Amino acid sequence: MRDSYFFTLDMCVGYHGKPLIRDIGITLQKGEILTLIGPNGAGKSTILKSIAGQLELIGGAVYLDQRTLAGMRREELAKKMSVLFTEKIRAELLTCEEVVESGRYPYTGRFGLLSAEDHQIVAEAMELVHVAELRDRLFDEISDGQKQRVMLARAMAGHPKILILDEPTSYLDVKYKLEFLSVLQEMRKKKGLTVIMSLHELELAERISDKILCVKGAYVERLGEPCEIFQPGYIQSLFDIRIGSYDEENSQLELEAVKGTPEVFVIAGGGSGKNVYRRLQREDISFATGILFSNDVDTPVARALASEVIEAEAFEPVDEALFEHAKKIMNECQTVICCRHRFGSLERANKELLAYAKAVGKLVER
Amino acid sequence: MGQTDRKMFRYVTGFVILFCGVLLLSLCNIGIGSVSVPAKEIVACLSGGAVDSTVRGIVWNIRLPRALSALILGGALALSGYLLQTFFHNPIAGPFVLGISSGSKLTVSLVMVFLLGNAVKISSTALIAAAFAGAMLSMGFVLLMSKRVSNMSMLVVCGVMIGYICSAITDFVVTFADDADIVNLHNWSRGSFSGMSWSNLPTMTVVVIAASVGVFFLSKPISAYQLGENYAKNMGVNLRALRVLLIMLSSILSACVVAYAGPISFVGIAVPQLTKSIFGTNKPILMIPACFLGGSVFCLLCDLIARTVFAPTELSISTVTAVFGAPVVLWVMAARKRRQE
Repeated sequence: MRDSYFFTLDMCVGYHGKPLIRDIGITLQKGEILTLIGPNGAGKSTILKSIAGQLELIGGAVYLDQRTLAGMRREELAKKMSVLFTEKIRAELLTCEEVVESGRYPYTGRFGLLSAEDHQIVAEAMELVHVAELRDRLFDEISDGQKQRVMLARAMAGHPKILILDEPTSYLDVKYKLEFLSVLQEMRKKKGLTVIMSLHELELAERISDKILCVKGAYVERLGEPCEIFQPGYIQSLFDIRIGSYDEENSQLELEAVKGTPEVFVIAGGGSGKNVYRRLQREDISFATGILFSNDVDTPVARALASEVIEAEAFEPVDEALFEHAKKIMNECQTVICCRHRFGSLERANKELLAYAKAVGKLVER
Repeated sequence: MGQTDRKMFRYVTGFVILFCGVLLLSLCNIGIGSVSVPAKEIVACLSGGAVDSTVRGIVWNIRLPRALSALILGGALALSGYLLQTFFHNPIAGPFVLGISSGSKLTVSLVMVFLLGNAVKISSTALIAAAFAGAMLSMGFVLLMSKRVSNMSMLVVCGVMIGYICSAITDFVVTFADDADIVNLHNWSRGSFSGMSWSNLPTMTVVVIAASVGVFFLSKPISAYQLGENYAKNMGVNLRALRVLLIMLSSILSACVVAYAGPISFVGIAVPQLTKSIFGTNKPILMIPACFLGGSVFCLLCDLIARTVFAPTELSISTVTAVFGAPVVLWVMAARKRRQE
């Protein structure tokens, strides 16, 4: 741990001398991206602000490049670390270019005047984040999403070694979310930028992070690679989700299932069923569905929304007992919906189910 | 580059206008009055040419020191206002509305009444020191209040209240002072540039110029502070030291004004706002000198009006500054409201 590029040693953070989260041990190599996730108010911002030196540490130390941040001179730390907080910058009468220029602050002289090289770096940073066309607009008059990107350009203009971002994607639309994170990846690749940030978008956190830190209440619950964090059921427990569900394997969330004995039986598979499931949920109709192979794309949605899922083992033919079970459940339903138009050779069971439904006179919708 | 050139042009034009304004109004202030002195004679006077001795006396002993103190104190007042607006992130902050001028007024009148009563001659330095102590006292109260109220208009209301309390005590002191002192105190406590003499100028100039240069050297950290405290901290600014310096410098500047000319309203709020709109920027490195010059222009103009419009009766300077300054404050608040909507 001690030879890592960035690490915290027994870090304890909180407000006014009162510890909120103890024993935080983060280790990062140069160029790694760490994301903090966790419920609202769990202390993600507190951790970020403490690392950035905005809040005094209650205990422990933060090391960058083998030196404690507390031991660095202000100007030195300013050159190494840039921040982007949820709180907006005050920018009365400042153009976007001037806001980005403020990122060069630690490098300028007594009166803060920019050299030709500084101007060049500012222009590059604005190109990189695609805000060059906003250059002469007043910062107060652009949209929140644009502001966020200008702020990223500002952070980049300081050529930091490490970047601290608090919910940087909050105001961005999906295009810019992806673009924003791509810029981070690019910076990491090109300059070995190390990033510590908090994100609310779990699917983005899972995709971009080398490591994820889960903050819950007074402690760090888990710290590891995304695949270690996104274990089935974990997100549900981390966020204490009681209504609806989150599927860790596919980063999908579903609303609360309709409870009760199934009224409708849905024959589905291969992704044909999930929209029907969601429609039934919206219409407040409980349903059963099958026969689905356990690795089908419909299966996670079915598990989240159906009162009963008839699930068969993947890559194996459906056995007779399961088929009989499906027939029994279908008998209890008033209606059958069949989402399949053609049945594949391993799907004989579903084809027979449809034939059975017709034979017993169930109303069949397609 | 077009945009950069246009900005540059605007800045240069702004400074040229302000410089010309200071020069022109200084000439007017020296030339206009019960005895009018043409520009040619003023120049002759100043360059030591042959001029009628009465005219020379008027120009040299009365009008020139008065114009110079309006120039210097006006600049100090505007700069003090700019610092307070920056410090509180509040566009309608200023030494007068926050009660800082009134605090100085209180301590200065106490010192004056006490010392004059004991027939002690008061030095400029002692007056400034007294004013500074009063400014710090009011500032302390305002800072205490600012921790409790985050709303910017509430802070101003608190300041106004502190101002009223200080003024009430001042009035009390003045009422029970000896008659001879009251005449002097009464004029002074309403704000006036009259009676400025050469003996006042050296200390005033040294203090104001030193403080203003100090402020100018802080323009870089002030620019970071304007972005918000958290970002300033990340940019490597020593926040605590900067806060202390801002408070001290703005108090010294406004204390100096009160010590010599009494409390003067609205200059501290209106001038920074006007200069911001002229220059179209809030960059401290430009605003600090621009506010100083703007304050000089504003006070020279207001003093000219106060002195000449109802001559021989002289208005108090605050009467005139309020007429021009208060509408600016209303305009600022309306403009902010509009922007928020």
